[in-house]
Amino acid sequence: MNRIQNKLSEKKLYHNKAEKLLSIYFTAGYPKLDDTVEILQQLEESGVDMVEIGLPFSDPLADGPTIQDSSQLALKNGMTTEILFQQLKDVRKTVSIPLIIMGYFNPILQYGVEDFCEKCAEVGIDGLILPDLPLSEYKEHYHETFKKYNLINVFLITPQTSDDRIRQIDTASDGFIYLVSSSSVTGNLDGFDENQENYFNRVASMQLKNPLIVGFGIKDATTFKQATSKTEGAIIGSAFIKTLARNGKSGISNFIASIREV
Amino acid sequence: MNYNINEKGYYGDFGGAYIPEMLYPNVEELRQNYLKVMREESFQKEFRQLLKEYVGRPTPLYFAKRLSEKYKTKIYLKREDLCHTGAHKVNNTIGQILMAKRLGKTRIIAETGAGQHGVATATVCALMGLECIIFMGEVDIKRQAPNVARMKMLGAKVVPATSGSKTLKDATNEAIRDWINNPVDTHYIIGSVVGPHPYPDMVARFQSVISEEIKTQLREKENRKNPDFVVACVGGGSNAAGAFYHYLDNLEVGLIAVEAAGKGIDSGESAATSALGKVGIIHGSKTLLMQTADGQITEPYSISAGLDYPGVGPMHANLFTSGRGEFISITDDKAMKAGLELCKLEGIIPAIESSHALAIFETRKFKRDDVIVVNLSGRGDKDLDTFIRYFDL
Ligand SMILES: Cc1ncc(COP(=O)(O)O)c(C=O)c1O
Repeated sequence: MNRIQNKLSEKKLYHNKAEKLLSIYFTAGYPKLDDTVEILQQLEESGVDMVEIGLPFSDPLADGPTIQDSSQLALKNGMTTEILFQQLKDVRKTVSIPLIIMGYFNPILQYGVEDFCEKCAEVGIDGLILPDLPLSEYKEHYHETFKKYNLINVFLITPQTSDDRIRQIDTASDGFIYLVSSSSVTGNLDGFDENQENYFNRVASMQLKNPLIVGFGIKDATTFKQATSKTEGAIIGSAFIKTLARNGKSGISNFIASIREV
Repeated sequence: MNYNINEKGYYGDFGGAYIPEMLYPNVEELRQNYLKVMREESFQKEFRQLLKEYVGRPTPLYFAKRLSEKYKTKIYLKREDLCHTGAHKVNNTIGQILMAKRLGKTRIIAETGAGQHGVATATVCALMGLECIIFMGEVDIKRQAPNVARMKMLGAKVVPATSGSKTLKDATNEAIRDWINNPVDTHYIIGSVVGPHPYPDMVARFQSVISEEIKTQLREKENRKNPDFVVACVGGGSNAAGAFYHYLDNLEVGLIAVEAAGKGIDSGESAATSALGKVGIIHGSKTLLMQTADGQITEPYSISAGLDYPGVGPMHANLFTSGRGEFISITDDKAMKAGLELCKLEGIIPAIESSHALAIFETRKFKRDDVIVVNLSGRGDKDLDTFIRYFDL
């Protein structure tokens, strides 16, 4: 089993007592080029269950202004795929929670998909979220390589995804399914209404084999609670990056504590 | 070898639909329906009628006598510059607006660089009474003020793209993000043979009327179906795709694609994707694009805003790597000179994009009895400011 699967079955085992899984996204190389590992350490110390490390890309199609800006700054700071792997070389000496790299497919294609996966395994990455690598291409060309390096590939579903396709994605997944909360790019923080609730309920009632983790639009204790009432956990991205922008690394533990309260 | 698209949405190794799941329902709906809709008799009837009565097709195939004399060969110009709105772009927007209506969409979005595709989209939205939102880089809005005014007069809302480098690539990103945010009522009219499958194929089919007409017209004028060469400029590649379409598998016809070298291929300010690009993914398509070693997409440069795109459509990536197409790049200076030459020799003011194609005759030799068709993709009205500044007119 890999760390993601372990973490999720641990959560499931203690279902009623355990807190829901909290995952944080941040862009590697932001706010400063060398912040990556320190942010990871602080997130683990603050009680975060899992982290998505954003590999910055010049043209992040699925992201709103907050993550666009953090990606641009990270690239300006000099972040590259190679530098990220160097930064993560010893990360497993101090960080034990599951780590996922989230990024767009082109930088990985240039690095070489197999080389990239090999490096991920070497530094202790557990999974990948690549929004623009579609299901069909993954199955046909990349599934074997990901498996060889024990990397879990995470697919997204949205309120518009048909039940049929959700089932196909469930079959192709072996970690969790990323439930995108609304039809929107990242960083839309208006809060949830009954549309989201209905959608979370609908997918939760499909009895999929994979746990559901909600992302996009979670910003505080209230939205975290709404997102996780029927699912296993939630991911916070833009709201966390805004905290970093405002308060720097010193704001991390307070922010995480504020999500867990209530 | 087949140079057209295969059933999986690829031209050789290029194409596909590398899109986030949020776009899947929309793109899939289009993929499942576009051929069916295009084959409907009522669609064809409406499309053909609008091309004839609204766009002004067929556009002439004009024998350029003085230009031919100068270069000692036989040059025909396919006059897409005479289309309504001034360029070939409208062939595609007419087709796509009819598609959008049949799919029940009520809101239209598009990206634009120079503003030609934006104007062509705003035009068909006015014609059909549909809401129209055009994304345009903040930098381009300043560079192309007359086209911004045209779009507004036609009732479109022009939204500045303020992310990234604030040009065509970023306008395209913003249009895609808008589509993610509006998945039900909106159709995205992409302006070239780029983007996820089925866009490259759909746009190529709408533009293929260009080579369809060339075939008939050439038979009348030269008593032959095939020219020896077809020449077209390539930004994303839609006018070239249309001019090449019915000759793709006819190896007797040379296909010459002209890219913008900007200030020179090695100057760092260029848009010559075939020379400078590597395989990668841009705007949902696996194709050739200009990028850093680390896979970040780089900014192109050309004096012509319509050729200022860091990728090419997957059809052209395949024509290039297979050797079926001959790819040539032309600098700003050569293109401007060729544009002015056409004014003086033939009384036609071409778009700067099209001027790149015309510069082929200073770059490459042809035989005296070769028959060459240059696709004159647009007229130069929109470029007057650039011509004035460049030649100090
Ligand atoms: C007149 C003209 N020609 C050519 C182009 C380049 O586009 P494409 O390569 O899709 O034909 C443009 C784009 O704006 C244009 O306006």
